[in-house]
Amino acid sequence: MTKAEIVEDIAAKTGLTKKEIAEAVDQFLKTVSDALAEGKHLEIRGFGTFKVKQRKARIARNPRTGEPAPVPERRVPVFKVSKELKDLVAAQKQPTSTPQ
Amino acid sequence: MTKADLVETIAQTTGLSKKDTNVVVNGILENISRALSDGDKVELRGFGSFKVKQRRSRRARNPRTGNPVDVPAKLVPYFKASNELKDKVNSNTTPVETI
Repeated sequence: MTKAEIVEDIAAKTGLTKKEIAEAVDQFLKTVSDALAEGKHLEIRGFGTFKVKQRKARIARNPRTGEPAPVPERRVPVFKVSKELKDLVAAQKQPTSTPQ
Repeated sequence: MTKADLVETIAQTTGLSKKDTNVVVNGILENISRALSDGDKVELRGFGSFKVKQRRSRRARNPRTGNPVDVPAKLVPYFKASNELKDKVNSNTTPVETI
């Protein structure tokens, strides 16, 4: 599923135009990423929580040469799925289409 | 930040009413949840993708009693952030908000 399909579906169910919906969807994504970039978390009840985690610096290895490669401290965005969404997904019968 | 704050911000930047914005936000969340519960993935360019992973069955232990417990195979949803989002988050240096 893509953004276009989401916009299409919402347009079919509401009186809003695709243009209005597309703008709101873009702003949705921008607002979430802006909040994360500011180090804020966003909790959406029944769906999940977007937050930022601090990863410590560590020494990794170049898998090809085996040489140590230092990885600096960094922050990464994470999404913690709500219990409701986990249960909803686990309740499905059929296997996933493409496990990629 | 909560869903109400999110709706507020989107309404301000788009000029849509809060009521309409709320409808769109719920529509986004419903579409993602439905796709995942159908075993589909959702790809949002520049943001990330929501997918479903198959977890194999395994034998775990009850941490309190130490008794073995069989955990059945299951499907779990997860989010993979895009490189753009990862870079954007990592480029900022303000302290991470603690929950």
